[in-house]
Amino acid sequence: MPLSPDEARRFAVLLESHAEQLTARWTELVTRSLRNRLSSAELQRQTSDLQRGFQQAFSGGATDLGDGPADELRAQLSELSNSRARQGFNATETAVSIYAFKDALLEVLGDQSDAATLRDYVAISGFVDRAALFTFDSYVRIRESLIADQTEQLLELSTPVVKLWEGVVAVPLVGTLDSARAQVVMERLLQTLVDTSSPYAIIDITGVPAVDTQVAQHILKTVVAARLMGADCIISGIRPQIAQTIVALGIEFGDIATKASLADALRHVISRTKQSGR
Amino acid sequence: MRTVAVGVKLSLVDQTKIVTAASELARNTLVYGGGGEVEVTRVHNDRRAGIRIVFADQGPGIVDLDLALTDGYTTGGGLGLGLSGARRLVDEFDIDTEPGKGTTITIVKWCR
Amino acid sequence: MERVPVLKIGDILLVSIQIDMEDQVALQLQEDLAERIVATGVHGVIIDISALDIVDSFVGRTLAAIASVSRVLDAETVVVGMRPAVAITLVELGLSLPGIRTALNVELGIAMLGSRETVDVLGDEGETDPAVLTRE
Repeated sequence: MPLSPDEARRFAVLLESHAEQLTARWTELVTRSLRNRLSSAELQRQTSDLQRGFQQAFSGGATDLGDGPADELRAQLSELSNSRARQGFNATETAVSIYAFKDALLEVLGDQSDAATLRDYVAISGFVDRAALFTFDSYVRIRESLIADQTEQLLELSTPVVKLWEGVVAVPLVGTLDSARAQVVMERLLQTLVDTSSPYAIIDITGVPAVDTQVAQHILKTVVAARLMGADCIISGIRPQIAQTIVALGIEFGDIATKASLADALRHVISRTKQSGR
Repeated sequence: MRTVAVGVKLSLVDQTKIVTAASELARNTLVYGGGGEVEVTRVHNDRRAGIRIVFADQGPGIVDLDLALTDGYTTGGGLGLGLSGARRLVDEFDIDTEPGKGTTITIVKWCR
Repeated sequence: MERVPVLKIGDILLVSIQIDMEDQVALQLQEDLAERIVATGVHGVIIDISALDIVDSFVGRTLAAIASVSRVLDAETVVVGMRPAVAITLVELGLSLPGIRTALNVELGIAMLGSRETVDVLGDEGETDPAVLTRE
């Protein structure tokens, strides 16, 4: 529930007059919840910034966290989530940093047996709750984008396409091949064929522990796509278990050349190159 | 259409897929539906952006949808890959048709 | 309507498609090529599609038709320069372009046609180079 303008005004005064006390108590509570993993000087700076942020939002007339005067405060909260996420704190630890403000507020509100004070506390703690939820939300968003970035980096790292011989490129696949990775590898392989004008490609799956239907489909589609472009693919390094799975799954490798090892595949390709005089 | 596809940051392969699917369906709209309307929009769900294309015609409609979606089936002398192929190229494929009333096909491609 | 230019280089007709393949353009090209093959008596046709960012089933079908017609007129067709994204899309679409020979670029395409030439010169007429067969 949003605050009334009158409440916002009163809270602005309250935060201003107790600024020092609030910041000190808040810093103390946060330091304890983070078990000294951040220096109290740094936390001191953060909490006093936030305390000022809340105060300015209230004095600007913000009755809810989404209001214009609270823009600055929201930016501060996102920034907090951002640094907490990157420093490796978990979601609870991040949100607790904001929730602790309520405890500090309760102490400065004065006589709690007074009904008006209690109403004020309920109102302001509602506001702080929304701020904490907002922090939690942005924490999750930031973590998600971190994960997405890392996944992408991992894809980049794990898909080398190497030139093996004049007119022959190879992709040594290592590790589990999920559908997304298979797709990236295959697109890159095809692009490398064009860039190096290599009519032969060897897909070596020695380092792949398992092949499911989807991955096999991706490999097959790549072979067909390469043919459409005018290049031949050879699959090498199929391990016995994978051969069993391929047959059990009923996947047709058809007329696609398969070789036991990368060396065999290369030998096969070179003899073909000589034959056709390319 | 290409501009919208680039705008929602579709990968090059996905751009090619959606534009090709659109080309197939636009041809269907023209050949079987006797012409119609095409609408291209950007769409968003909670985490991804995408592109949606709607093809609507007031043609004769499709009598046997399952058959029409079978690879190689055609009534117009094509390869019979328009509908079935386009369906494989996109993430969402929705077809609304009634004999005598016309056909509306909606396709969506999401950013990966 | 725009027309796709057809160039003759030695025993080869080279077609480099640099414009959008609208249906009419594709059909016109099919007609033009057949006439030029007969008029020039060449034995090879190279169609460069490296500038095409879209190949749908109609264009695919036209390419296949061109290849078949050329074969009847005793000219071998090689489609060169297909982009990776186009190839992936065609596979997904279910179009495998049977009967069309392909190469990565014009140079490799000429080499592919050239290998057939040698056999002809050797007088093994009626027989195809085994290396060519493996690439069907």
